[in-house]
Amino acid sequence: MYDAGKIITGLVIFVGIVTYPIWGSLGGSVNMPEPVVNKSGTCVESAEYMRANHMQILDEWRDSVVRDNDRVYTSQQYGTKFDKSLSTTGKTSCTSCHSNKEEFCDACHDYTAVAPYCWECHIEPKEEI
Amino acid sequence: MNENRRDFLKKAGVGSLIGLGVVSAINVATEEEGKASTRSEDTSGTRMGMVVDTRKCKEDCKACLDICHEIHNVPDLKMPDGSPDIKSEVKWIWKEPFHNAFPSKSSAFTSESLNNREVAVLCNHCKDPSCVRVCPTKATFKRSDGIVLMDFHRCIGCRFCMAACPYGSRSFNWQDPRDEANSGKMIGGNDINTEFPTRERGVVEKCNFCAERLAKNMIPACVEKCPEGALVFGDLNNPQSEIRKVLKENNTIQRKPELGTGPSVFYIV
Repeated sequence: MYDAGKIITGLVIFVGIVTYPIWGSLGGSVNMPEPVVNKSGTCVESAEYMRANHMQILDEWRDSVVRDNDRVYTSQQYGTKFDKSLSTTGKTSCTSCHSNKEEFCDACHDYTAVAPYCWECHIEPKEEI
Repeated sequence: MNENRRDFLKKAGVGSLIGLGVVSAINVATEEEGKASTRSEDTSGTRMGMVVDTRKCKEDCKACLDICHEIHNVPDLKMPDGSPDIKSEVKWIWKEPFHNAFPSKSSAFTSESLNNREVAVLCNHCKDPSCVRVCPTKATFKRSDGIVLMDFHRCIGCRFCMAACPYGSRSFNWQDPRDEANSGKMIGGNDINTEFPTRERGVVEKCNFCAERLAKNMIPACVEKCPEGALVFGDLNNPQSEIRKVLKENNTIQRKPELGTGPSVFYIV
């Protein structure tokens, strides 16, 4: 083999660069973010349920509000009633407890690389301290 | 009984012709029946509507327009020289000269005061809405109380509804209606109403008869704000309602009723 030394070093470098995404993240992986809730208490359903199903709930809510004019949600777990609303102020809407979009919504959505377009139209809560 | 092939084919042909004729005759008959029943207006259920008294409406008053566009986050788009941007403007309720709003009801001999009268026009919330028929995603639909609504989540911005609406009641968002330079403001300077969503680029919007206010037992904002009491809102199918009283006592006209859309907005001229 001609130029064996050059070719083999070249191959080693090439394989090293191509596999960088695999060994590069071995040591310090990014920690899963912990979303911040600004108000204590219970959500519409239990935290585990919401973590897994909030997208389905929101999807059902938007259809039932717009199409069937059904604007109140009764919690299956707690029996309490909530406005099916993402962002109306001063009521039991999502953002009356989860009032920090960056630390609550974006924290996980950025981590899992999903980009829902809720806030293109709905008004995100104003940052309050 | 012996039959040759030729005779058999002849008989079969005649038989199938008769059969086809009977089927199509039945079809025609039932179709006629269907049409006849839709022509006499069905007044069961709820049908929200409005009466606009154009005699009371003051020429330079824009109270209804302003409050509607303010609470529904409708942008006020302007050209660089400050004139209204006619191509991209978004409007839910606006004023139109009588001869434009009612082209078939004005002639060269109509009194000038009527022909040039500025008439408040909005979505007619038709009984048989053409926009709903053409929408490929069912983003626009008629609610059981007769209100024609938009589901902005589903709108893909194809603008078939805009082509189908004979009243120009629908507007397309050619751009993001929020003012990027001023957060919290709409283009045109209005504050964003946080109780109502804005729209995004690429969806169609129109008057929703204040569905969000009706849900709270409030009347539409334009009706509430009109200083002259020129707007009356109510259930057209309820004989006891105020709107029916007004319709009974006054001669009213609809915009382009000949198109068969059944507009639910009536005008006193």
